[in-house]
Amino acid sequence: MELFRTTNIDWLGKKWYFLGFSLIFSVLGVLSMLFWHHIPLGVDFKGGTQVRVAFDQTPNEDHIRQAMDRAGVHDARIQRVSDPSGHAANKVIIALPESTATDQSHDAGRQSVESALSANYHDSAFTVEQVEIVGPTAGKQLQKQAWLATLYSLIGMLIYLWFRFELIYGVAAVVAVFHDTLITVGAFSLTNQEITLTVIAAILTLIGYSMNDTIVVFDRIRENLALSRRESLHDVVNRSINQTLSRTVISSGLTFLTVLSLYLFGGEVLHGFSFALVVGILIGTYSSIAVAAPMLVAYQDWRVSKGKSVTLPAGKRAKV
Amino acid sequence: MGKNLAGKSAFIVAVLVIFCFGIVGIPHGGLTQSIKDRIHLGLDLKGGTHLVLEVHVAEAIGSATDRDVARLEADLQKAGVVGAIVGKTDPSRPQTIIVSGIPAAKLSDARSVLQGNDYSTYDVATTADGNSALTMKVGAVRDLETRTLDTSIETIRERIDKLGVSEPVIQKYGLGENQILVELPGVDDPARVEEIIQSTAKLSIHAVTGGPYESDQAAMQANGGVIPPDSMLVHGTGSAGAPDQIWLLKRVSEVEGTDFRDAQPGQDQNGRPNIRFNLTTEAGDRFYKYTEAHTASSATPGSMAIVLDNKVREVAGIQSAIRDSGEITGAFTQQQANDLSLMLRTGALPASISYLETRTVGPSLGAASIHQGVVAAIAGMLAVMIFMLIYYRGAGINADLALMLNLIILLGFMGFTGSTLTLPGIAGVILTIGMGVDSNVLIFERIREELRAGKTASAAVEQGFKHALVTIIDTHVTTIVSALILFLFGSGPVRGFAVTLAFGLFANLFTAVLVSRVIFDTILQKKERGAALSI
Repeated sequence: MELFRTTNIDWLGKKWYFLGFSLIFSVLGVLSMLFWHHIPLGVDFKGGTQVRVAFDQTPNEDHIRQAMDRAGVHDARIQRVSDPSGHAANKVIIALPESTATDQSHDAGRQSVESALSANYHDSAFTVEQVEIVGPTAGKQLQKQAWLATLYSLIGMLIYLWFRFELIYGVAAVVAVFHDTLITVGAFSLTNQEITLTVIAAILTLIGYSMNDTIVVFDRIRENLALSRRESLHDVVNRSINQTLSRTVISSGLTFLTVLSLYLFGGEVLHGFSFALVVGILIGTYSSIAVAAPMLVAYQDWRVSKGKSVTLPAGKRAKV
Repeated sequence: MGKNLAGKSAFIVAVLVIFCFGIVGIPHGGLTQSIKDRIHLGLDLKGGTHLVLEVHVAEAIGSATDRDVARLEADLQKAGVVGAIVGKTDPSRPQTIIVSGIPAAKLSDARSVLQGNDYSTYDVATTADGNSALTMKVGAVRDLETRTLDTSIETIRERIDKLGVSEPVIQKYGLGENQILVELPGVDDPARVEEIIQSTAKLSIHAVTGGPYESDQAAMQANGGVIPPDSMLVHGTGSAGAPDQIWLLKRVSEVEGTDFRDAQPGQDQNGRPNIRFNLTTEAGDRFYKYTEAHTASSATPGSMAIVLDNKVREVAGIQSAIRDSGEITGAFTQQQANDLSLMLRTGALPASISYLETRTVGPSLGAASIHQGVVAAIAGMLAVMIFMLIYYRGAGINADLALMLNLIILLGFMGFTGSTLTLPGIAGVILTIGMGVDSNVLIFERIREELRAGKTASAAVEQGFKHALVTIIDTHVTTIVSALILFLFGSGPVRGFAVTLAFGLFANLFTAVLVSRVIFDTILQKKERGAALSI
């Protein structure tokens, strides 16, 4: 069985559509980050208290809210846990704002939530399943860590690609990956889903995955450039994308399949994580064809217009 | 190629056996139990409490310099320098001591004391207004910080051990921010743990110089508007309905946490819970000298305050000289007396601490997460395996074998290194499945291309592997680079994810590059020349 025997699609000819598509989603995400939901950081990064409670019976959210109000906890956010597979869960997440977990009184928020629940429910009617308390210092530190991890990851990959190919390949790949990250974070902002530590892990994974995809295409471009120096770069890039297309579709399709099963069956604890990957795999596959490869051609066109050199450096020869 | 197939196959089987051993170990009490013992589950799967706390090392530096202030005062007096004022003026710089008002005639005497061996951990400088400033050297500060952090970890470990938690993790955390990570599997009541670790963080006995007062203002008024530089105001506990009293205490403690040798809960003659303590010999001598000079019958009778976490627990007059044992009686219950003596036995923390992060996962949530994660992993893997069989027929078996071998190597790695499987770690496994398949797809697609170009089966396999290898190495190295960075800069669950991802990628390289090739070669060897390849 074969899906794509020989495709001959003019990918670069569609670059304006791609550019439009990427711009629309990037701009939508950025607008949401700036003016709408901003970047919805979870307790991990923002600091605060989050208590997950499992009730024996389907809880009434208004009832819980009243219980909290009576206990003097007025700004609690009460959210029923939703499972992507549609399981009705008797679980509720009660989140308190940052101010409840100062570095001095770390535990106050949790205590007030628990005492409010005890006062209004039988002790046997609910179980506290999970408590997360992050003080402002820890939150800031985790935020910094996440930024650094992402930044250093990108630099590490850029250096590796520079070493294996040429600088422009590395730059193009990093731009593509940045594009993916921006759109994925934008998707979190648009859907108002919280970004937690595990979501950061997912975003870093998507960076690795998208990079993977881009390298497969770049490798083929490098190989084809070394084989036929007369062909225009435009044609070489198109041919390379077409040659690797069946691999791209199968691999991404299968990875998407595993990620989708994680999204559907992985439970709501992994919900944000798998959402990031579902979006990330799609956008990462797209960007290696629609962003990274066209950038190489654009770069060469720019060089030609400056009268510098006619051909793109083929890159260090593949050691075949 | 093809020559050493037997050798390569033997190597692969050996690897397989070794990693199977990694997963199971020496079998005992059933296979599932063996696996459970080898593969450590993270707190998010097993349930438990994860705490990150910060040690306020500046306090330890502050009390070290406080002691040196007292010592310096005495030394200066001994050297005949009268009238100099020794103290610390800037609360934000606990490592700096200022000596002011040295009479001009005694300047050289004072200098020789300051620059003497006793104060070699300090840099001496003259400030703009002509005073001398002693600043603890950077190296000494760092030593003290390290020691404080190490002592804190040791103390916390002893306390946790006494609670009977199995396999706790207590270690330094972060990048030099004086933080400690405490992980307690199976404990889902962080409040009690936090209390045991923290509530009796710091105990000391101070001389009382004034009080009780009703308010800070009253204390100030009673002392002419200023708190003497060698003293401090400390509030009483105000517990058990007692009014909140304020005492003026000597800043330098007579006895502090590290001086206690032993402590036992007991009852006083009225049947009230108390704590009997013993001091170390050195501290006992010091304490004896002090108490002897200030007994009720002496010329300078005094009283002492027992300060716990910067609150006065009890104030008692000194009845007689105490050498190395004493009692603390206060308004506490027997349970509190028990806990408190546990703290004293294990030693007090050298500085107070505060909590930065608390994460608790109940066992039921953890179990549900494992179940869901495993179901997702199996579902994803099955779907992939079925697809590979349909799409690549014979070669699909290759890919499926490689996939299973991947999983065995990955789990074996985790068993050998004792690394922890977390929920994001399971996600890492699922992702490895995806990436492992990608390597096979790359190779197979390349082989198909070569076959289409009219190559023979064995030439196509040879070329296919050769071309795909470059790409596979590039993609894997970049991802390993990012996994490594994730491990270095991540924490907790993110680290677990990075570990499984990195191990998975190594396993992948092995199966995609070597195992898959050996299977192909074995098949080709058995085939006649020119026969078609099932791919």
